[in-house]
Amino acid sequence: MRLEYFQMIDRFVEVNPGERKIKAICKVPTESPVFEGHFPGFALMPGVLLIECMAQTTGWLVSILTGFTGLPLLVGVKNAKIRNIVLPGTELNFEGTILHEGSGYAMAEAKGLSKDGAVCEAGLTFRLAPYPGPEFRQAMIEMGKKVGISVAEFSK
Amino acid sequence: MASTFDTVANIIAETCDIPRDTITPESHAIDDLGIDSLDFLDIAFAIDKAFGIKLPLEQWTQEVNEGKATTEEYFVLKNLCARIDGLVAAKTA
Repeated sequence: MRLEYFQMIDRFVEVNPGERKIKAICKVPTESPVFEGHFPGFALMPGVLLIECMAQTTGWLVSILTGFTGLPLLVGVKNAKIRNIVLPGTELNFEGTILHEGSGYAMAEAKGLSKDGAVCEAGLTFRLAPYPGPEFRQAMIEMGKKVGISVAEFSK
Repeated sequence: MASTFDTVANIIAETCDIPRDTITPESHAIDDLGIDSLDFLDIAFAIDKAFGIKLPLEQWTQEVNEGKATTEEYFVLKNLCARIDGLVAAKTA
């Protein structure tokens, strides 16, 4: 996890397009410029970045289910709850489920857990936008490799 | 059994907090009811679930953007309901 680069997912440990479920693991770094402001002398993982973790977890699943034909943009967050503080160095698991894959959009729900229990949860809405260009798709392939997803396997 | 219009009107009323008695078959979801494209995703989700269909929003949007159709054809509720009925019929055919 590199917070300042929005690289939230370390690795996907389960990808199940048939059941529309996905699981990722992420370790909160012990050091990050983000912690210099959040907060000075008391570093906490920002809640908005936990939501970003859930969005990235489920966003990859939307990409898989839609065959990497577009970029899932987060356009809605519902019933978001941050249930516990998250300290630097915490290992987190994120689980995402696609509730519905509509025409050009998807509805999902996700949650985050630590060894101490539930950390966060939310309902997420994605809108599928065209890739800005072929280079971007190639960038997605490279990003997929880094987190354990074969883009070629799921491409349409 | 509720009509397609009643089901859709109830979904809109509940999803967008619009008084149910202001929603008529002649209402334009965008122009009359003020529903924006993001709120319409929630409505589409509820309609898809309620009727077991997939509203072809991408196709509709493309047709409107290309001038091949008007928003009235898809977003006046009586027209929307007719298209829902058509999708349900196609599914069961």
